[in-house]
Amino acid sequence: MSFEPVLLRRWGKPNSQSLETYRADGGYAALKKAFAMEPPKVVEAVQKSGLRGRGGAGFSTGLKWTFLPKDVQGPIYLCINGDESEPGTFNNRVLLEEDPHQVLEGIVISGYATKSTTAYLYLRYEYGDCYRACEKAIQEMYANNLLGKNILGSGYSLDIYLHRGACAYICGEETGLIESLEGKRAWPRIKPPFPAIEGAFRRPTVVNNIETMACVTQILDRGPEWFQSLGIPSENPKDPGSYGPKLYCISGHVNKPGLVELPLGITARELIDKHAGGVWKGRKAKAVVPGGISMGFLSADELDTKLDFAGPGKAGCLGLGTAAVIVIDDQTSMVDVLYNTCRFFAHESCGQCTPCREGTAWSAKILSRIRAGQGTLKDLDTLTDISNSIGIMPGTTICGLADGAAWPIKNALKKFRPEFEEYITSGRRSQSFEVAGAH
Amino acid sequence: MSTVFINDIEIEVGPKENLVQAAERAGVEIPHYCWHHDLSVVASCRMCLVEVGEKKPDGTISMISKLVPACQTPAKPNTVVLTNSEKVKKAQAQTLEFLLLNHPLDCSICDQAGECYLQDYTYKFGNAQSRLNEPKVQRVDKYHIGEQIALFTDRCVMCTRCVRFTREISGTSELLVTNRGSVEEIDIFPGEPCNNKLAGNVVDLCPVGALCSKDFLYKKRVWWLKTQNSVCQGCSTGCSIHVDQEENRLYRLRPRENELAQGSFMCDDGRFGWKYVESESRLFGPRVGKLQVASQHHAVGNSNHANGNGTAVSHAQVALNELATVDPWPTVLNATRQAIKSVVDSGADRFAVVLSPMMFCEEAFMLAKYIKSINKKITLALGPVPVVGEDDLYPKDYKGEPPAADKVKFTIRAEKCPNRLGVEAVLKHFQGEVIGFETIAERLNTTKIDGMYLVGGYPDAWLDASVLGKLDGLSTLIVQDFMNSPLTDMATIALASATFAERQGTVVNHSGLAQEVQQSIRGSTDVRPDGRLLFELSQRQGMYKAASIRTEMAKEIPAFGAFAGEIGELGIQLFTTVEGKSA
Repeated sequence: MSFEPVLLRRWGKPNSQSLETYRADGGYAALKKAFAMEPPKVVEAVQKSGLRGRGGAGFSTGLKWTFLPKDVQGPIYLCINGDESEPGTFNNRVLLEEDPHQVLEGIVISGYATKSTTAYLYLRYEYGDCYRACEKAIQEMYANNLLGKNILGSGYSLDIYLHRGACAYICGEETGLIESLEGKRAWPRIKPPFPAIEGAFRRPTVVNNIETMACVTQILDRGPEWFQSLGIPSENPKDPGSYGPKLYCISGHVNKPGLVELPLGITARELIDKHAGGVWKGRKAKAVVPGGISMGFLSADELDTKLDFAGPGKAGCLGLGTAAVIVIDDQTSMVDVLYNTCRFFAHESCGQCTPCREGTAWSAKILSRIRAGQGTLKDLDTLTDISNSIGIMPGTTICGLADGAAWPIKNALKKFRPEFEEYITSGRRSQSFEVAGAH
Repeated sequence: MSTVFINDIEIEVGPKENLVQAAERAGVEIPHYCWHHDLSVVASCRMCLVEVGEKKPDGTISMISKLVPACQTPAKPNTVVLTNSEKVKKAQAQTLEFLLLNHPLDCSICDQAGECYLQDYTYKFGNAQSRLNEPKVQRVDKYHIGEQIALFTDRCVMCTRCVRFTREISGTSELLVTNRGSVEEIDIFPGEPCNNKLAGNVVDLCPVGALCSKDFLYKKRVWWLKTQNSVCQGCSTGCSIHVDQEENRLYRLRPRENELAQGSFMCDDGRFGWKYVESESRLFGPRVGKLQVASQHHAVGNSNHANGNGTAVSHAQVALNELATVDPWPTVLNATRQAIKSVVDSGADRFAVVLSPMMFCEEAFMLAKYIKSINKKITLALGPVPVVGEDDLYPKDYKGEPPAADKVKFTIRAEKCPNRLGVEAVLKHFQGEVIGFETIAERLNTTKIDGMYLVGGYPDAWLDASVLGKLDGLSTLIVQDFMNSPLTDMATIALASATFAERQGTVVNHSGLAQEVQQSIRGSTDVRPDGRLLFELSQRQGMYKAASIRTEMAKEIPAFGAFAGEIGELGIQLFTTVEGKSA
């Protein structure tokens, strides 16, 4: 049984980005339905649907909206996180390039529900095509009373600003995004205060992901029950469940890398074999990244892990993250893979707090030395120590980049330690290229 | 008030304290770099991580599993804090190991050694060995970062205190962070160095030897320095300071924290403006009789001087002349008493005494009392009050404009003397009013004044040519000052007095706060601290002790009633003022 795409249903249609074709396909019906409800009812609907943020943290979207203070005087801001930079992730890009109105409609609905006065769509600079598509779509919306004052006569007004970033992963962290939006260095803020109380320009702010916004549109159009009918229900009271369709990005050593929409909960094995054409060149998968490299690695015997919000955690990964699956074949050295992830985080660490600034760079340097054939077994203990001492989970850093940096190290050394030990004791030197563009 | 449990200590804390402050009051040190009570909280250094929890009403304690920074955690009722558990100790050692990874091993050439928080914390909380086996990140030094400050870039631990200081206190925002991650550096925008008037404070704020004062660089290892409490003489703000000296030489001034006075900082004019103490133009001994040859004047560096006949005289000759013109103090003090008597004998209204606002309270008191004891009709007046421009308020906004009154964090005041209010209070008591210097200078034209006793004590020239011309005609001109000048040359008696570093006494700042200046060094042999000078001039019995004079002042002058008690390190409020004017 194959799943009929909902979020991606208009992908590939001619002129899919235009307002005209979007409307012809039933677009902006959801917005009208939302306007027929009171804003708190819209929040309730989203809460009932069980929608959890698609940006990586998986926090209940409706619940986050309730954190805004009631009866606040002055502006409330809605920031949409288009800084998609988690390696392996490209679902937001496809959504914006192919069907910007679906996302923008969700933004207006969310703005209405949260009583936001202004929306800022923060887009990573590298997404030029997305930017141009959004710019056009927004112009169309203003011209058709879908943005600006008194949208569709509802009495609700919303302005949206399209803001381009400047190539930094840390701008995807919600307070990093807010700082960047304010024109400052993207150094994430200490919490409390949380953005819902004091966010952009010190006003109450909600930060939501692009795919989440597209889901909001569909929830309002098809109803929360539809959303709940997809996915995997909650197993225990503490688990909010995994509902709705999810865009899975598959890349790496597969025959058909790409984007596929499926209900939450497909296993990694099924995703690779059924939807990505299987591992390439007839090889087997050695390790699979479940949701962007911050989440760590699944080993070859963990491929039956369900890729919902709860599954990867049970296999020792950080979580589902962005559901960006990267497949690593059995001819690839985990030492090279781990070096690549450490180099990425060292490059992207904002440098504000000591453990992340120094720890990420240190681990990258250690792995570089191991790759050069000069590693020692003690280095593996040092790497483990580093990975255990950086992150918001132990409480030693300001934001979660450090946890994302630490997890691949933890998983790699726990699940692939024999490979590392053999690499070191054999004195092997890496055959793979030095990654260009890194400092 | 609320109870907070820090390790095994129970203390009461106020409403706005964080755990670092609460622990400090409990006598427990929580190491920290980036937090400073005058700057915003960033909690970025992660040195102050502690375990916190809550003591429930039933007495059980539930601790949070993750560490939190003490600087961003408010001390709430029933908070339990552990600062020395295994988890905390491990985190402290790990943070220090992280900080030392890219820190150059510069201790042997770094100014901060001996007062370095990286050294101190590593010794107390860190590991003896590092596991680093990689090349360190190296960065070039930046001597151009400011006129007064140099940046040794790779010593920086990225606490960003300096950046936040230039944003929040001076408002000038010159310092910034460039690059990202472990290759970050403190820097300035090209061509816009950190030259604001509060720039020197970033050197104090920097916990390591990254930001250094060019003035002090490589001059003296700090463990040789001895420190005295003092007060900056630069303006009526009266910043509390530390004076660091060794072997009778000054090396640096640093602000001393005093919430009653100025807070935690001081301006560069005061911080670096002590060189006159060592000037070659010091008046280094007393003298009776006018100088025959012009001396080497204050702020002029000529090596050739013309005598009255227009012939150039060599530098050596001038020095010899000056040496030859130092008279013994007993002789000079006798001559002073005689000179005063002889003018007063022909009419008390022919003699006037000018008390400088640079004098300490005890000195002004002794001189005023002595003069009035000779004859009540001798006029006492206030010396020139130097005013330069307007009060300079900080932080500036992005246009460079001063802040609104309720947002001011630091003021460099236009009144460039430390004790006008104190001297005025003495004058009001003994003279009944404050006669300004312009008035008394005018009286030189209009009245029969034939003798004057002028007290100077200003670091710069303080009289203009027209006043000097009038003074030159007096039969008796007694000048008590510490710098050579045309005034001291023409004085019939020159009394070589001491700078603030070489004497002790009390000054009263703009808000009426009286603070004690301790003596830091001895002046050269024939220079007398003013207190001792005036004590002996007025033939008091015993030795000058500021505290005893203050007790006397408390008894005799109601305005100085608070001098009956201890002044204390932070000073005491002598009187309350409306800004600039005494009550």
